[in-house]
Amino acid sequence: MPPGTTAGSDRWRSPSPRLLVLRRLQVAGATLALLVAAGALAAFASVVAALACAGAAVVAGLAAERIVHRRFSAWRYAEREDDLLVQRGVIFSRLSVVPYGRMQFIDVTAGPLERSFRLATVRMHTAAAASDARIPGLDRDEAARLRDRLAELGEAQAAGL
Amino acid sequence: MSATDEWQRMHPLSPVVRGGRATIAVAVILLPTVVRGGSLDDSYLQLVLVGVLTAFGFLSWLVTRWRIDGDDLQIETGLLRRQSLRFPLSQVQAVDIVRPGLARMFRVAELRLRMGGASGSTARLAYLPEREVEPLRVRLLALARGEEHDGDAETIDAVVAEHALTIVPTGRLVASILISDVGIAAEAAGAGLIVTALLAPAAATGVASGGTVWLVSALTLVWRRFNQEFRLTVAEGTDGLHVRSGLIALTAETIRPGRVQAVRMVEPLLWRLLGWCRLEVDLAGRQRAKGEGEAQRRALRAVLPVGSRSVAEELLDRIVPDRPREQSRPPRRARWKSPLRYRMIAWGRTETCVATTSGRLRRVTCWVPLQKVQSLRRVQGPVQRRLHLASVHVDTAGRSVHATLRDRDVDEADRALAQLTALAREARRDLSGSADKATRTSPEASSPSRGQ
Repeated sequence: MPPGTTAGSDRWRSPSPRLLVLRRLQVAGATLALLVAAGALAAFASVVAALACAGAAVVAGLAAERIVHRRFSAWRYAEREDDLLVQRGVIFSRLSVVPYGRMQFIDVTAGPLERSFRLATVRMHTAAAASDARIPGLDRDEAARLRDRLAELGEAQAAGL
Repeated sequence: MSATDEWQRMHPLSPVVRGGRATIAVAVILLPTVVRGGSLDDSYLQLVLVGVLTAFGFLSWLVTRWRIDGDDLQIETGLLRRQSLRFPLSQVQAVDIVRPGLARMFRVAELRLRMGGASGSTARLAYLPEREVEPLRVRLLALARGEEHDGDAETIDAVVAEHALTIVPTGRLVASILISDVGIAAEAAGAGLIVTALLAPAAATGVASGGTVWLVSALTLVWRRFNQEFRLTVAEGTDGLHVRSGLIALTAETIRPGRVQAVRMVEPLLWRLLGWCRLEVDLAGRQRAKGEGEAQRRALRAVLPVGSRSVAEELLDRIVPDRPREQSRPPRRARWKSPLRYRMIAWGRTETCVATTSGRLRRVTCWVPLQKVQSLRRVQGPVQRRLHLASVHVDTAGRSVHATLRDRDVDEADRALAQLTALAREARRDLSGSADKATRTSPEASSPSRGQ
């Protein structure tokens, strides 16, 4: 970890483990769909081709599970005294430092799937379009807490353009 | 807090000027008929059309009014969909006076206020009588600084008094456009057409019909650049840098001190041979709002379309006085990651400013005052990880300047990230310590609902 970006009271937090469950279910669903397709293939075409397809689907599903798992463990964030740190990405790893004083507004969004898992995505916007402070898969209560805290800190430290 | 003004209307000729090219077209269509002997019956349909357009223009003029209300500029417009726009003057990033060719004929001018904020928009007062524009600009800028301005002639003269810094010679502008990317594209298109015409006149007609489109668009770009940057003058006034330019359409802009988000210097390959460079400043505010024309879209303002390094340095001294003189190069292994960019990459910093250089064929140097840093990002890709390199991005509210500390050693990148974070925090504290109340206004206030 970069020195100076971890110093002091840093406490890295991670998205809710339910996000991993959700992502795994999505992968499982896709794999299952492929398996059904393979079954249909077995009924109408050769069984060998169907077995090959099913094998490929299972391998792909397992690989996707690995990726999903690694991506999930790469997401983390820390609220520091003056700024929010957000780290993400496996192949391209990104660490954003977003000062609370630069915050323009906060988005809390939850799609239908996220909602059914009681999850939400918190996103902090600054005046720069390139700023990238998005934290997905937060527990709904944690998202609300983070939103309120960020709003409060943003107000206290607001700096002009 | 100043008193509320009376509601005012735009200049009565505004719809005509707004109609712009359409007005000219209508005149061209109607004139022959009128001159030939008044048998207007033939062009009955056109007349109805003109009548309807005129009525619409008049109505839109009738329902549009503006006033200064305390610290806000208020504009009301729209016939069916009433809009009331309120622009807090404290968030003004720049004030422009724009005079297209037609507006100059009728002695009117448009006043444009560029607002800050994520959803920053542009307040347009189109069109006002020419003689009223300058006093109004001075008054708006004074209000933006939080001062009351009485608007008498002497004060205005004092503020308008300025000290010219640079004027771009026309010859050099022409030469620079001819060897710029747009210019070379236009020349190549033209030369291609001529060569085909000489070698195979029969084939040329076919090529011409396809090639004309390219030629015309290239020429338009060249013309636009020439028209915009003709005799560009930068002067220092008490209320900021004044940038004036234009051949047919005149623009005069005031860039308020401390509102520059970033500065960049571009040195294309061919220009470097002549020792020329181009200097652009980036301001906050979204420039691509719906319904805004090409002219308003330029977030990047060239303060020096072409000039020597020494002139550029002189201007830079005004805009970013405390800037790094030395820049450090990346480690040698970075050439495997960025073979073309490697020769250009460098970065440097002082306590208040960060500078980065990059570019493949052209060299682009960016300066970002640390007060203006919105966020910092450290990014490492797979190739960089193998080479033990990382990049640090410096995000600003400007749209077009991307300052990146590219391909540094990982330890250096981490150190730079920590140091820049701390320095930006200090710079921000200094800023909010001395800031006008201006900067504390709520962000929502700067985003009037734009519609229709």
